[in-house]
Amino acid sequence: MKVGVVVFPGTNCDQDIENVYGRLLKAETRRIWHRETKISDVDLVVLPGGFSYGDYLRTGALARLSPVMDGIKNFAAEGGKVIGICNGFQILCESGLLPGVLLENVGRRFLSRFVHLTVESTKSFFTAGMSKGDMLTCPIAHFQGNYFADLSTISELEANNQVILRYCSGSGKRIDSDRDVNVNGSINSIAGITNTTGNVVGLMPHPERAVEMLTGFIGSDTGLSPFKCSVGA
Amino acid sequence: MSLRFQVLVRLKEGVLDVQGKAVENGLKDKKYGAIKNVRVGKVIELEVDGLGKEEARTQVEDVCKLLLANPVIERYEVKEVA
Repeated sequence: MKVGVVVFPGTNCDQDIENVYGRLLKAETRRIWHRETKISDVDLVVLPGGFSYGDYLRTGALARLSPVMDGIKNFAAEGGKVIGICNGFQILCESGLLPGVLLENVGRRFLSRFVHLTVESTKSFFTAGMSKGDMLTCPIAHFQGNYFADLSTISELEANNQVILRYCSGSGKRIDSDRDVNVNGSINSIAGITNTTGNVVGLMPHPERAVEMLTGFIGSDTGLSPFKCSVGA
Repeated sequence: MSLRFQVLVRLKEGVLDVQGKAVENGLKDKKYGAIKNVRVGKVIELEVDGLGKEEARTQVEDVCKLLLANPVIERYEVKEVA
């Protein structure tokens, strides 16, 4: 298993991803600079978080035009596994690999805190080894994390089990209207989705920052589970 | 000769505009509570060199779809300016 970690100007979570796959899961990793066009040597591509192109115009809008994105589109079309986290999710939405868009948080503030999540679907390779209802606790750090799409897109996502993660309370309850639970105001508390074929996933939270007891939420390393799933471990 | 265009990008109706809400709330604090439904958009100006009017406009429209506006949440208008 070889993991490609894409680096745009302004990407800043690439080392955390390498830590997860390289050091903890013992996979081979390599960084993919955004000017590269050939990525056929990797089995999994991760678009890490950060502020690509300074979030100019709209988050993810300019990164989407980088040469590497054509390679990633072909890679995904052939069934290659792609994960976008935070800014990576925003880039996947802008590039049309995932539906919808991430709007500014409803509370108009940058949010940096821990959130609880439930696994809602095991349709994606990122959640395939987990069970519906499993909980993760990990940080978020974003200003544009409010997932939005038109109603028909949302009902399609729900009907096809493409919503993979939702924000929930500490006891696992979904409360869409509660700003302490669905912190950014996302429709249906959506925190992560996948495409129809389950090989492209995007999520706003940062499970890669909750993979070790020392830095996880009150001694929790639950963030590691989906990464394990993604390499079939 | 270059042609000048102005592109107006704004959020579609029904899409929450937090920037607009912030402006509205700010005005409320200054006793302009009568002002409602503030929506913030973007004006993007650009010039096109060496193309005819029609071709130039087509290119600007293409760029709107490619980059300047996100059709999920935004709509755009293209205006040629003197």
